[in-house]
Amino acid sequence: MSGKDYTKMWEGLGLNLENHAGLLGVLSKAYTDIYLSQKNRPKAMEYFDFVISEVHGLRIEEIVNAKEAGRKVVGTFCVYVPEEIVLAANGVCIGLCAGAEVGSSEAEKFIPRNTCALIKAFMGFKLSGLCPYVESSDLIVGETTCDGKKKAYESFNDITGKVYVMEIPHMKTAEDRKLWLSEVRRFKAKMEELTGNKITLEGLKKAASIVNAKRKALQRLSRLRAADPAPISGLDALLVNQVSFYDDPVRFTEMTSKLCDELEQRVSQGTGVAAKGAPRILVSGSPMAIPNWKLHAIIEGSGAVAVGEESCIGERNHRDLLDENFGSVDEAMEKLASRYLGIDCACFTPNDERLGNIKALTKNLHANGVIHYSLQFCTPYMMEAYRVEKAITETPFMRIETDYSMEDFGQLKTRVEAFIEMLK
Amino acid sequence: MKALGIDIGSRFIKAVLVEKGEVSGFRKLDTSFDPLERCRKLLEEMPAQKVVATGYGRHLLEVHTDIKTITEIKAFARGARAMFPACRTIIDIGGQDTKVISLGEPGAVRKFEMNDRCAAGTGKFLEIMARALGYSIEDFGSEASKGSAGLQINSMCTVFAESEVISLITKGAKREDIAMALHRSVSGRVLSMAQRVDMEDEIVFAGGCAKNRLLKELLEAGTGKKVHVSQTPEITGALGAALFAFELN
Repeated sequence: MSGKDYTKMWEGLGLNLENHAGLLGVLSKAYTDIYLSQKNRPKAMEYFDFVISEVHGLRIEEIVNAKEAGRKVVGTFCVYVPEEIVLAANGVCIGLCAGAEVGSSEAEKFIPRNTCALIKAFMGFKLSGLCPYVESSDLIVGETTCDGKKKAYESFNDITGKVYVMEIPHMKTAEDRKLWLSEVRRFKAKMEELTGNKITLEGLKKAASIVNAKRKALQRLSRLRAADPAPISGLDALLVNQVSFYDDPVRFTEMTSKLCDELEQRVSQGTGVAAKGAPRILVSGSPMAIPNWKLHAIIEGSGAVAVGEESCIGERNHRDLLDENFGSVDEAMEKLASRYLGIDCACFTPNDERLGNIKALTKNLHANGVIHYSLQFCTPYMMEAYRVEKAITETPFMRIETDYSMEDFGQLKTRVEAFIEMLK
Repeated sequence: MKALGIDIGSRFIKAVLVEKGEVSGFRKLDTSFDPLERCRKLLEEMPAQKVVATGYGRHLLEVHTDIKTITEIKAFARGARAMFPACRTIIDIGGQDTKVISLGEPGAVRKFEMNDRCAAGTGKFLEIMARALGYSIEDFGSEASKGSAGLQINSMCTVFAESEVISLITKGAKREDIAMALHRSVSGRVLSMAQRVDMEDEIVFAGGCAKNRLLKELLEAGTGKKVHVSQTPEITGALGAALFAFELN
């Protein structure tokens, strides 16, 4: 994909070079077919194209260099892991590979066949030696969101020996808040122990401002998508959200802001990626980890625009800012705990905030239809889809359950196309 | 002016010619392994100024020609409404898809449900089961009507259901009773799908499987409502496509 030869680095990380070359080939082809074939893309997307072309190259080199300079690398799978704490300890925080059907048969030696594609993928990526991020990580932070992940982390720790699990409560009572606050404090201690760096008020202030700036840039992108015609495709906006988990946060913010400047211009000129009045879809549900672009490609290949992702790779990641108004480390821990517990993941009960958030998002983004997307065997979202359907009464709604495979592409395309026909 | 609708299904390609708003021709061919060639043949044999394609293979024509496409959901809605103007619910059991479509007034699709990945509860399922029991697909329904209810086929997966059928045969169950159980399992699956769209009168059963009288009766028993079937239920999608073609500018 990229010009430079990273073979030595990949070998050093213990990747399976043959499999890895195959994966990069497939990824490159998919990217060319799905992304580079799009029309009227913003110029500033060139940066993100570059990031993808170097997603296992230059970015990994940066991470390896950071490690050599003494920084610790923390890999995560979930938006509940407080990035600010990692940064305040001078760590590097990255998302891990989980978005492609890779190494399923390897993974099935540890987990059942009927496991959600995301869990299967992170096991498969590791077991087939394909994820340079997991190999670069000094610590992998898991969390007790769903049962599948919770149990898979046990085996994942047997395999990697690097897993640390945060306990996420499943309700939001005062007692749960106490538990979560103590988990945030425990994580702070863990990060201090891992890095040997004391987390200070100053460090937390700086980290808070970096992460909030990133969230603000993503919020701005989200707001710009409310315009009709849409200034950016859903595929491209999804990509920016996916890249936010991998890229250096300061650079990411700068590049996303540049993209938003260009989009602002487009909005004021009334130009966009689809005709004014094209059907607008809000996608809601399970996260779409890179390179899971399946549903967006179908939606936008059928003449509609995906205008938002009510998802962990999307709104749930950036909707709420951290209150930076703290005067001590302990107060920062409280603010952090409260900010992260506000996330409306379907693993919580009850989770009525999510229903309200979907309604508000539908309205703010002027969506004409909502497609609820669940990964198969992702029980929390599969179950909650029915409550969402009952709550979304004023907008056409469709529920989809799928995975990373392409076997249902035809049926899915027919369903999505028919749904879009309904909106016209 | 002639308008042609082509419905490229997983088993058959159906083509309907419409002139002055009336059906003036109908052809049905096996989809085969070269559906594009089949479609070209149909286009030659049934020349028309305007053409719309629908069905599972519709994109084949979109890619190779400048023919417009609509989904089978929209095509069935239009076709069923042309046959039964009061239609509010459509049940279609096709070769590899089963759909239930709910229409609002004046005939626009309000909601639909469709099987999502495998051939469970579709025409293909019945075809394979008929073969396993040594019936022709044409006689499968009438032969099964001779059987009595009581046996149960639990699996909806074609492969597993076939094993169930074989195990029932080896237990000495009568083949018409097994056939009855298979029909009941398909209608049960369709009825549970239908419940999710709030079925309203009038109900139209369309698609090739609607020729199966037993399925129609089981759907009527399950819904407690009259289920309409036209003389040629298999042309519903192609007719809908032809009517859309007729109105193209």
